[in-house]
Amino acid sequence: MPTLNMIQALNDALKVEMRRDDRVVVMGEDVGVLGGVFRVTVDLQQEFGSERVMDTPLSEGGIIGTAIGMALYGLRPVPEIQFADFIYPAFDQIVNEMAKYRYRSGGQYTCPMVIRTPYGGGIRGGHYHSQSNEAYFIHTPGLKVVIPSNPYDAKGLLLSSIRDDDPVIFMEPKRIYRAVKGEVPEGDYTVPLGAAKIVQEGRHVTLIAYGAMMQETLQAAAKAAEEGLQCEVIDLRTLLPLDTDTVVQSVKKTGRCVVVHEAARTGGFGAEVSAILMEKAFLDLEAPVRRVTGFDTPFPYSLEHYYLPDANRILSAIRETAAF
Amino acid sequence: MVPEVAAEDLISVLSENGIADKAVDPNLSNADLLNLYRLMVFNRVLDERMVKLQRQGRIGFYIGSVGEEATVMGSAFALQPQDWIFPSYREAGAAFLRGFPLRAFLCQLMGNREDLTKGRQMPNHFSARPYNIVSISSPVGTQLPQAVGAAMAARYRGDDSISLAYFGDGTSSEGDFHVALNFAGVYKAPVIFVCRNNQWAISVPLNKQTASATIAIKAKAYGIDGVRVDGNDLPAVYQVTAAAAAKARSGGGATLIEAVTYRLSGHSTSDDPRVYRPEDEVAQWKGKDPILRFRLYLEKKGIWTTDEDAELFRRVDADIVTTLKEVEAIPSPPAESLFDDVYAQVPPHLAEQQASLWAAQKEDH
Repeated sequence: MPTLNMIQALNDALKVEMRRDDRVVVMGEDVGVLGGVFRVTVDLQQEFGSERVMDTPLSEGGIIGTAIGMALYGLRPVPEIQFADFIYPAFDQIVNEMAKYRYRSGGQYTCPMVIRTPYGGGIRGGHYHSQSNEAYFIHTPGLKVVIPSNPYDAKGLLLSSIRDDDPVIFMEPKRIYRAVKGEVPEGDYTVPLGAAKIVQEGRHVTLIAYGAMMQETLQAAAKAAEEGLQCEVIDLRTLLPLDTDTVVQSVKKTGRCVVVHEAARTGGFGAEVSAILMEKAFLDLEAPVRRVTGFDTPFPYSLEHYYLPDANRILSAIRETAAF
Repeated sequence: MVPEVAAEDLISVLSENGIADKAVDPNLSNADLLNLYRLMVFNRVLDERMVKLQRQGRIGFYIGSVGEEATVMGSAFALQPQDWIFPSYREAGAAFLRGFPLRAFLCQLMGNREDLTKGRQMPNHFSARPYNIVSISSPVGTQLPQAVGAAMAARYRGDDSISLAYFGDGTSSEGDFHVALNFAGVYKAPVIFVCRNNQWAISVPLNKQTASATIAIKAKAYGIDGVRVDGNDLPAVYQVTAAAAAKARSGGGATLIEAVTYRLSGHSTSDDPRVYRPEDEVAQWKGKDPILRFRLYLEKKGIWTTDEDAELFRRVDADIVTTLKEVEAIPSPPAESLFDDVYAQVPPHLAEQQASLWAAQKEDH
């Protein structure tokens, strides 16, 4: 089985699906001749031509607006937004149009499409190349939000997302695009949407994370193990719809939970997980659910290492939760 | 081909007295002319009846197209049934022209159990897939890049289908308008943009919307054709749209059509236009009424009489009243449908919310 990084795995997924389904088209800024600024779409235009792999004008609203028209007509567009920080000009098209077509037309029109976008910090990109803005989309009925943390899941989840009949925001942790490698099967396989994964079993504290934060969380879990704290680590993989059962069952077992994300804290996904645990596992909780998150500041440039949760901050929260 | 004219020229066929310029009259058949006239009258009577209905509190809201019927009918008539229409919210006439039933339209106004959109949207935001009429949204201009995408998809699939999107003069200020024209130009998309320039965006007149001499001229910057047509002149609107459609179908790319017309009513039933625009302006445009002009044209052709006209108005109104009575008896959509169509399948968190609604209802009774 080949060992690939996340970029190679995503590129492989696109090739697999474009060979299998001629409704799949790729579009975005620099995705054609260049193959994308991160090279996720490299070689696609050579293989599938410029009608299926389109270098678009520099307009996020235009990319998503036209992709919606294609999806309505019956294609399966996979537009790329070059950085998640640039997605806001397309916000109306995403939340009012793409997400709502099925509902507002009474099921007559649908938008099966996947918006791929690199997100997150740790690359010295400052405010406009580092944001983790998943909460806006999780708050939007009609969308699915998927965030892989490793090459195997990235390929399998992207294939599932393209085949899904609903619109998906597929957020790629660019910080670990190349840093994390893993075995990825050749050809076709899928990882189901809406299913979290227990990455590591444990009995003392449940750690919940996704995307690039899985790396920091696993490091923290390893350090905690040295102190005799066995953490159960859950990779959410799909944030919307959330695999509530896996999360709740784990916390019922451990009684303690730390949620990790790099997005700002207030109104972030950690708050949702915490609220769900209050509703569904209140009597099993031995300690308050702790959040380790980015701060409620704009994403900083020089001080990003303070902003981003790291293994030490997570470990500190694990200790406090365990000792509560 | 689209007629070779400067973007500031106004193309017309009929004079205000309904006299056709024979050199440019598209010479539609008598059957087509009479059908189009009946549709315009139907649309007018319906709009007037629905405003009364709203005043009586029987529907919550209404937005009509009084004064703009020729723009809508003339353009939609130039299309083929397989062509996709992306409406704004003032083009019910295009749907009626394609056979969208009055009953279905009224059910949507009521948001009842027979509404194709399942009571999901406020009045006039209908959607009719069997007629290739796409769903309507209130934020203006969003449909324009979507129409470009659908047109590109049709071309990619090898279908003989083009897209036409409607919008108002106010929408020409939105980013989506410029985005759509730019994409249409770059990709030479088989799409037609029809601007109903009705002079007013709620209370804001055109001269506060743009410093440009015309809307049509904006096409030039995007490398597509722009034409300006008398929007109250049905044969002229038909003619320029038919030319744009033929061009799109044969690979010639997009056209922006500015149809110069006038919104004779308020923006919607929530609006009182007397607050912001002079009565004499309205009176002046009433003299250019597209239905009146078209009727004079038909009378001069000797295919329509005053008696037939009176009978048509009476019969159309009676049909509307009868159908209205039928649909007012139809109940609301079933409560469980609230959770349908958010996704293809109801996900666990929605199933749970659905169950909690039933539990709360049971406690109430």
